[in-house]
Amino acid sequence: MERLRSLTQKRIFWPIMALVVLMGFNLFFTPNFFRLEIKDGHLYGNLIDIIKNSAPIMVLAIGLTLVIATKGIDISVGSVVAISAGVAAMLIGNGVKGDPTHPIFVAVGAALLVSLLAGLWNGMLVSRIGMQPIIATLILLVAGRGIAMVTTNAAIVWLYVRPFAYLGQGYLLGLPFSIYIVILLLVFTHLATRYTALGLFIESVGINNTAARYTGINAKNILLGVYTFCGFTAGVAGLIVCSTVMSADGNNAGNGYEMSAILAVVMGGTSLSGGKFYLFGSIIGALIVQTLTTTIYAFGVPPEIAQIVIALVVIGISLIQSDKFRALFYGIAGKKAVQP
Amino acid sequence: MQTETAIVEMKKIRKEFPGVLALDEVDFRLFPGEVHTIMGQNGAGKSTLVKVLTGVYRADGGEILLEGNPINPESPLAAQKLGINTLYQEINLCLNLSVAENICIGKEPRKLGRIDWSAMYRQAEKALARLNITIDVTENLSVYSIAVQQMTAIARVLNSEAKVLVFDEPTSSLDENEVEQLFSVVRKLRDEGMAILFITHFLNQTYQISDRITVLKDGRFVGEYRAENLPRLELITKMLGKELTVFSQRARRKGAEESGHPDAPVEAGKRGGGEPLIRAEGLGLHGSVEPFNLKVEEGEVMGLAGLLGSGRSEAAKLLFGIDTPDEGDFFIQGRKKKLPSPKQAILEGMGFCSEDRKNEGIFDELSVRDNIIQALQIKKGVFHSIPKAKQQQIAEKLIKELSIKTPHAGYPVGKLSGGNQQKVILARWLATQPVVLILDEPTRGIDVGAKLEIMEQILNLSKTGMGIIFISSEFEEVIRCSDRIAVLRDREFIAELDGENLNEAKIMHIIAGGK
Repeated sequence: MERLRSLTQKRIFWPIMALVVLMGFNLFFTPNFFRLEIKDGHLYGNLIDIIKNSAPIMVLAIGLTLVIATKGIDISVGSVVAISAGVAAMLIGNGVKGDPTHPIFVAVGAALLVSLLAGLWNGMLVSRIGMQPIIATLILLVAGRGIAMVTTNAAIVWLYVRPFAYLGQGYLLGLPFSIYIVILLLVFTHLATRYTALGLFIESVGINNTAARYTGINAKNILLGVYTFCGFTAGVAGLIVCSTVMSADGNNAGNGYEMSAILAVVMGGTSLSGGKFYLFGSIIGALIVQTLTTTIYAFGVPPEIAQIVIALVVIGISLIQSDKFRALFYGIAGKKAVQP
Repeated sequence: MQTETAIVEMKKIRKEFPGVLALDEVDFRLFPGEVHTIMGQNGAGKSTLVKVLTGVYRADGGEILLEGNPINPESPLAAQKLGINTLYQEINLCLNLSVAENICIGKEPRKLGRIDWSAMYRQAEKALARLNITIDVTENLSVYSIAVQQMTAIARVLNSEAKVLVFDEPTSSLDENEVEQLFSVVRKLRDEGMAILFITHFLNQTYQISDRITVLKDGRFVGEYRAENLPRLELITKMLGKELTVFSQRARRKGAEESGHPDAPVEAGKRGGGEPLIRAEGLGLHGSVEPFNLKVEEGEVMGLAGLLGSGRSEAAKLLFGIDTPDEGDFFIQGRKKKLPSPKQAILEGMGFCSEDRKNEGIFDELSVRDNIIQALQIKKGVFHSIPKAKQQQIAEKLIKELSIKTPHAGYPVGKLSGGNQQKVILARWLATQPVVLILDEPTRGIDVGAKLEIMEQILNLSKTGMGIIFISSEFEEVIRCSDRIAVLRDREFIAELDGENLNEAKIMHIIAGGK
């Protein structure tokens, strides 16, 4: 009992519980939800689809987790996804014969560089100009779509260069390649924040910016760093998206991703008011968001009310994570137990 | 005057937090027509008891009677509905609304469904007149001083059915006149039959205002006394649970002079004979503090005395690289340096405890351990993370040395009492083994016992050779700890005192001296 109690005190416990409950629901109500098939040495099935489809959101959530930990927000990531996809697509070119106009690594590198600059721009506005993060990144949310449209000459660019498809559609050791990108990024970010003092400093800035400065933390550079990194992760997500659909659509690529990613971070246990952050929680959060969507469609909920159902479940999951709500709940349960 | 039946009776109140028994069967009574003060050290349970009464916390045991009926307020709002009103330290009013709107909020007089503005203004004026205040109630609250804002908060409470008024450290942001004004209002309300619970850290104020004092210690009830039957020394003894002879022993200079003690320390600064640890020459920042000279020798406590806003903290911020001076030079151990940031200052061996613990000091969500290693980590650099075991060891050592009361090193610092939070910040700087430590009001808002402990620490540190700049508006404390004192007024260093000139009257005279 005591061990169970200390387990439930762990921030990561509740997101995992939510995911388990969602999966459990599918076990009983969605036929074949857990069925995995092997075709051509690759795994197929709902679970694989969930992981594959949530890869871009997971990548975004990793970058956003750090931004949110500093008490910030970046709502421009969806637009940066489109910019990244646009840059990559234009450099690879839409030659039907399948030969890239520039080497793929050049295209990928350029897309990541542009995304990094987009993040740097956000970071400059927030850390040097002192703009409120939501306003600063709102600028790029709007302008970024325009930039993406200009990049692709306001048209959808279709790609035919097969090797590029590997990023979003390929398989390695039976699993989608994109999941390895997520793991790589997660491990890198974890090491960079938890095996240096960076994580502590990021949290400190989020909890008390002034105190952080007075303790010698260069809060401005921390902010600049996390927004730049967030731009970079948006660039990686953009490449995955572009490679998955083998096209770049300045108007629609990554549309609304910022909200899914923010939701993933929050459901993973990192508070929007900054402070302690949970990278692994954000990954779980992204899985919850995707599982929820998949479940609802697999379950045959009509699309017109699907969003409402998702909203209700999200409210439920958020409540379960609230200490106060659980205390209230335990309080009621406790009283009942005491009464004869 | 007062009837001998209590309006509020708290019996055997218990409150437990994880790992801490905050209240252990505490009794408390509040009488109409009386001002009652709760005294106790940090962690004695004062604020917890008040929070139970005002519905912020719920008791784990015991009962609360209001006019003989058991109550169990579930929230501050519920307590308010029962007639128990609290005026918090931070005033929670709407600065962008008029005074009248703030007073009548939620019960605006109406005419034909619309707000009857003139009636509301009259009502507000009447409520304020009861407090002997006449101001333009149509003005936005933001144009008035904190003292008037506080009066507005009181007027709002009086505009409702209040039986019990709780003042939670109302005087901490007021100057002397304002305090006196507040006290006259409190006395007036008391004479009208209101039951008043007053919380303050100031011993003087306790005696100025209280009719009755309840003393708590370590979460337990020590006793309830009529203020006139409880001499100061006895109160302090009861709060600390120990005799107070330590008071004078701790006064290094004074003690040595008075008793001619053979162990009187060597005159500070004469030990090394070399360069002072830090030296400021004509250091100043336009609009912040006028150019000043200052030096701190090895093992010396340099006091900065002055009233709030006299430029004390501004000077400290220049020395620590928070603000960048626009003139003058700064030397560390004889080497001329520029400190463009606190980080540089830390790397040069300086430390700075800000006066604003909450906003500039602690990271409330982080553990005691994380809070303690912060500055040391800066010194080591972001990529040389201190290993977890080492962090734990450093934290535990300092927790023990400073006797910080926390269940464990991993406990969130925000849940500790004010004095313990202050000690955590002190620990943060001690971990860096600074050459010079600047302490800006390290004893503010904490109780007598913790004040003594912190002053003792200061003296001990200076004995190890550390240079200390000690800033406080309590001159008595500055005198007790310092070897030399710089006096500030209106953002200017106006005098430096040492030797027998170190006394309160002298400082007061200099400050009052005018131009």
